Amino acid sequence: MEDKNNIALSVRDLKTFFYTNNRCNKAVNGVSFDVEKGKTLCIVGESGCGKSVTAATIMQLLPTLSRIEEGEIKFQKDDKIINIEKLEKNGKEMRQIRGSDIAMIFQDPMTALNPVYTVGFQISENLKYHTNLNKKEIREKCISLLNDMGIPLPEKRVDEYPHSYSGGMRQRAMIAMAMACNPKILIADEPTTALDVTIQAQIFELMDKLKKENDTAIILITHDMGVVAELADNVAVMYMGNIVEAGTADDVLRRPTHPYTKALLESVPVLGRGKNQDINPIKGSTPDPYNRPIGCQFAPRCNWQTESCDVMPEITQINETHQVRCHKYEQFFEKYK
Amino acid sequence: MKKEILKLRGVKVHFPVQAGVFNRVVGHVLAVDGVDLDIFRGEVLGLAGESGCGKTTLGKAILRLVEPTDGEVKYISQDDDETELTSLEKKDMDPFRKKLQIVFQDPHSSLNPSFTIFGSLQDPLKKFGIKSKEERRKIIGDLLEAVNMRREYMDRYPHEFSGGQRQRIGIVRALCLEPELIVCDEAVSALDVSIQAQVLKLLMQLKKEKNLTYLFITHDLSVTEYLCDRIAVMYLGRIVELCDSEDLYNNTLHPYSEALISAIPVADLDKQTKRIVLEGDVPSPVNPPKGCPFHPRCPKATDICKTEVPTLKKYSTNGNEHYASCHLIDLPEIS
Repeated sequence: MEDKNNIALSVRDLKTFFYTNNRCNKAVNGVSFDVEKGKTLCIVGESGCGKSVTAATIMQLLPTLSRIEEGEIKFQKDDKIINIEKLEKNGKEMRQIRGSDIAMIFQDPMTALNPVYTVGFQISENLKYHTNLNKKEIREKCISLLNDMGIPLPEKRVDEYPHSYSGGMRQRAMIAMAMACNPKILIADEPTTALDVTIQAQIFELMDKLKKENDTAIILITHDMGVVAELADNVAVMYMGNIVEAGTADDVLRRPTHPYTKALLESVPVLGRGKNQDINPIKGSTPDPYNRPIGCQFAPRCNWQTESCDVMPEITQINETHQVRCHKYEQFFEKYK
Repeated sequence: MKKEILKLRGVKVHFPVQAGVFNRVVGHVLAVDGVDLDIFRGEVLGLAGESGCGKTTLGKAILRLVEPTDGEVKYISQDDDETELTSLEKKDMDPFRKKLQIVFQDPHSSLNPSFTIFGSLQDPLKKFGIKSKEERRKIIGDLLEAVNMRREYMDRYPHEFSGGQRQRIGIVRALCLEPELIVCDEAVSALDVSIQAQVLKLLMQLKKEKNLTYLFITHDLSVTEYLCDRIAVMYLGRIVELCDSEDLYNNTLHPYSEALISAIPVADLDKQTKRIVLEGDVPSPVNPPKGCPFHPRCPKATDICKTEVPTLKKYSTNGNEHYASCHLIDLPEIS
């Protein structure tokens, strides 16, 4: 097993439900994972699978109609272990953690920055509440952060408003904001989905650098298997509120064992494989969250469905790092031996 | 022998920038700045580039949904009759609208929520002379079945459908007039990966059945490689490279295409390459850089790049025609 001290965040059997119109949406339905220091965990899945809700739960940024039903989120802060799910949403302790120890980058930099404040002001807010720096030091820190993010002329740019930044620069300003207090964990929720590939490459380079220099643990939420292959150390594949397969990038990408992971990998064209590659779409579409299949959530779209799939399969540990939630995993894993 | 369906010569689309009290024109956004392009019958031509490079504007200019400022768009019919589209009156354009169709990017905003699917889709059929309602219902019903949807769905409203289904309805809308060329403007970008594959397969199948030509506009080069016969890469309103899709990956000539390809994350651990990270952002098309538009970001730029604008020249790689506009290519030019 991994060294316990290496784990920055440990989530166990987390359940987050949403309540609307007397109906209950089990958005996150029993999710467990560990995030190691200085490593990137990628959570992959399609829209509506609960990956963003998982991130919001860790940050305690859930809307009022939802609540954490069960489970534990253990965060290791200077040798102390804090149970985040027990903290009050807007309590003092949670506010201390949010933004300083655990920081988040949101998907859309156009809407996540406030248009009526300067970028410098928005970055310095974090520093004002979480550090003892004075005004002058805060400003210097802001400028050096923007400089680290590769924004040209940071002395001038710090006093500008978000509208004069381009998309890539806004996302870099967001990362500067998140990195202001040297967080131990950085949660990035689809940080590059709204950006062009060349800008995406710049952001990835930056995140890699931050991970190496500050030993930050990164949780990267994405829907793109290509991003996973480039950045991930560990991968968790989510479908309809469950993790269906988890392991190191090597485990999941080279030896995909859950039919959904396999199908995801086969459904995107891969650059460099030319015109003759075969792509196989997944049949049907994701089920309505209020009208879920009984048993395995993927069963109605799965090519290997049998009667046993009417019962929800348990997470099975194939080897030290690789876990899968499927009744027939042995049959698939056999091939890789 | 390959026959052209569309010939573009020097197409320019400039949008005026207005400012001040009197809305004086202070500059122009050079969205498309001189594009020469031939589209052949029965091929899939990919148009790739970053946001703001003018690929969507070019697609719309072909259909005259945006009026080109300058240049020629020639349509060549199956009997070799050439028609210049940009000089036509609005009314005379109608028969060509039937031949050239578009599938829009966002399936959520391209269908009117207050009409049923049949209500939305019947208008073009009405306009082009299919008078009986029964016949219109039959045509739309058949097409819905062709895209793997149920005939009864035509009496439902758009909100009852998922994103992938709506995109298929968008394809039905484009198909119902039996067009020859369909411009697919980021047709799969808004969809989830598993649904994206369904729509891609469908497009390929329809192409075979109905003998279509696609102009496939996308920012995703892995999709173009899978789908397209030839690919044109655009940067700041100009085409910088145009070649067979395999040559673009195996014999890349332009440094911009090279950087673009290396920046794409590949879902294959054995194929990881070194990313070429470009500095900065795409320059503003209001005030493009002098010389080669790519030179401020180009890792290989030399002095000549800063002063002289390169033109699109013809080379040969792998026995195929390969166009690129860069001063630094070593290959012999073919006239």
